[in-house]
Amino acid sequence: MQPFTTLRGPAAPFLAINVDTDQIIPARHLKTIRRTGLGVALFESLRYDEQGRERPDFVLNQPKYRNAKILITGENFGCGSSREHAPWALLDFGIRCVIAPSFADIFYNNAFKNGMLLITLPKEQVELLAKEAETAADPTFEIDLEAQEIRRPTGNAPIRFDIDPFKKHCLLNGLDDIGLTMERVDKIAAFEARRRLEMPWLEPARG
Amino acid sequence: MAETLAQKIVARAAGRSSVEPGELVTCRVDLAMLHDSGGPRRVAPILERLGVGLWDPSRVVLVSDHYVPAVDPESARILDLTRRWGRAHGVARHYDMLGICHVVLAEHGHVRPGMFVVGGDSHTPTAGAFAAFAMGVGASEMAAVLATGEIWLEVPETLRILLDGRPGPGVVAKDVLLALCRMIGLGGAGYRAIEYGGEGLAGFAMEERMTLANMAAELGGITGLVPPDRRTLAWLERAGVSLGEAELTRWRSDPDAPVAATLRLELDRLAPQVAAPHGPANAAPVDEVEPVPIDQAYIGACTGAKLVDLRMAASVLRGRKVAAGTRLLVAPASARVWREAAADGTLATLTEAGAIMLPSGCGACAGYGAGVLAEGEVCIASTARNFKGRMGAPSSRVYLASPLTVAASAVAGRIADPRPLLAERREPEPIGEEAARVG
Repeated sequence: MQPFTTLRGPAAPFLAINVDTDQIIPARHLKTIRRTGLGVALFESLRYDEQGRERPDFVLNQPKYRNAKILITGENFGCGSSREHAPWALLDFGIRCVIAPSFADIFYNNAFKNGMLLITLPKEQVELLAKEAETAADPTFEIDLEAQEIRRPTGNAPIRFDIDPFKKHCLLNGLDDIGLTMERVDKIAAFEARRRLEMPWLEPARG
Repeated sequence: MAETLAQKIVARAAGRSSVEPGELVTCRVDLAMLHDSGGPRRVAPILERLGVGLWDPSRVVLVSDHYVPAVDPESARILDLTRRWGRAHGVARHYDMLGICHVVLAEHGHVRPGMFVVGGDSHTPTAGAFAAFAMGVGASEMAAVLATGEIWLEVPETLRILLDGRPGPGVVAKDVLLALCRMIGLGGAGYRAIEYGGEGLAGFAMEERMTLANMAAELGGITGLVPPDRRTLAWLERAGVSLGEAELTRWRSDPDAPVAATLRLELDRLAPQVAAPHGPANAAPVDEVEPVPIDQAYIGACTGAKLVDLRMAASVLRGRKVAAGTRLLVAPASARVWREAAADGTLATLTEAGAIMLPSGCGACAGYGAGVLAEGEVCIASTARNFKGRMGAPSSRVYLASPLTVAASAVAGRIADPRPLLAERREPEPIGEEAARVG
């Protein structure tokens, strides 16, 4: 997993509440086994019309936000189905950070396990950031995970955010659950070697 | 220290004498459930990377219910992969095209009071109808559970929902949930464990309790819990699980256990509810909803196609016909529901009224199977979610309601109140008595 240290890029304001995983990535795209290639279908029913043409009014179709790396959105983002394609689709589009007043629990965990940073802020702060992303000619924000700060295009004082230290450690070091286990592979190997020596009868039969 | 039911189950699974809300604990998983969509094809690559197998195949239940029956080579391949994986890992319990996972778990007695259950599906809390602490997770988390048999979590606070009084005719569990979605909003429970209580709860059949627990997902609860009673014992008995009377008193909250909040709902004042597109929280009493003409009525999904749900629909449809220009699709939640509905005459009633029967499975609810919607079509469904584009074309519109209201709407060809149709019956039809079940 790629480490997450700082992320600099356009932030798209999308202040809808209860954005569900069916909207993030509809079930008809779930047949794929691959984690990549889903970005084109991200928010499909909002992004495209019935003929498959882009809807110019949808935020990610607007020139300022076509390459958004950050999404600023409303309460309970990611509710509904537990599909892990939701973070995959966001990542494949290029969005690695979502800022919202609250997230649905399963999505929250799925996102972190796939190297995304989700930032929970009070509603007023989320709305302020969305406003700035909307009005700034260049809506480039910078997220500094080490410093736990969001730097704003307006140049106003950075906004601090809280994050669980364990999740921060995993993101900064690019560790998913397997990576985390492999961090301790020396200890695991030493334990197994010792066990083979001290309790050989526990070993599976060979041959 | 007085504890809630959620705390008691989590403490048991964590091997602790007690736990407090907010603590991080590691629980041993009693049962892991995974299905064909989020299951083997997602977890297999992770387990292969780790070089490990299943911690205990006897505690794993596999269900193929999303891509069933296969409609194209891709879905056939997913089902094939699921079967192979189950065989390769010694998973003896693979319910292959036998019904929707949450319903199958209950039918076979896999979920019982005091159990700690993890499922790769957001409606896993359905098992809470049997007083099991059941939570949904994504595929990466499920892979970790399969490898270790453990999961860590923050002990949740409890949101207590008290159901007072008795519901009037035409009002069922689905109406309770839609009203709750409106009251507290999607995600309004905010990670808490939802625990149902109140004198009105005793009157709800087990399948109705499953609907209450199921839609804890929409409320944002980590799980939904119904304390066990004699109905619970009777259901489990039928599934071949005998449970001592002591478990009835063991698996309930202490009366003075602190909870985060208590919400009361007066069942006798509740009207049938309809949730407008595109969210369950857009619910309102049926008589306040515009009688929109409908193209399709759909009775299906874990939330709305159990035997009780089919009987509800039949109680409205007996001797009536689906309106011209409207189609009624019915996808029974499991193979057993099919058999029982055939044996007691429910299926005949439905098909005589004009219902089109579809295979058991998750089906059109999430846009997987037969019965999806065209651009601009309007549907009323007994499912749990009406998110934009979920059931078909992005511009289709789905209303949510109980099986009674869906059936009444199918007869009227527009959104309709089931109460006048039920009132025309001389005697109300029993729909929720497990004792009357056959097969």
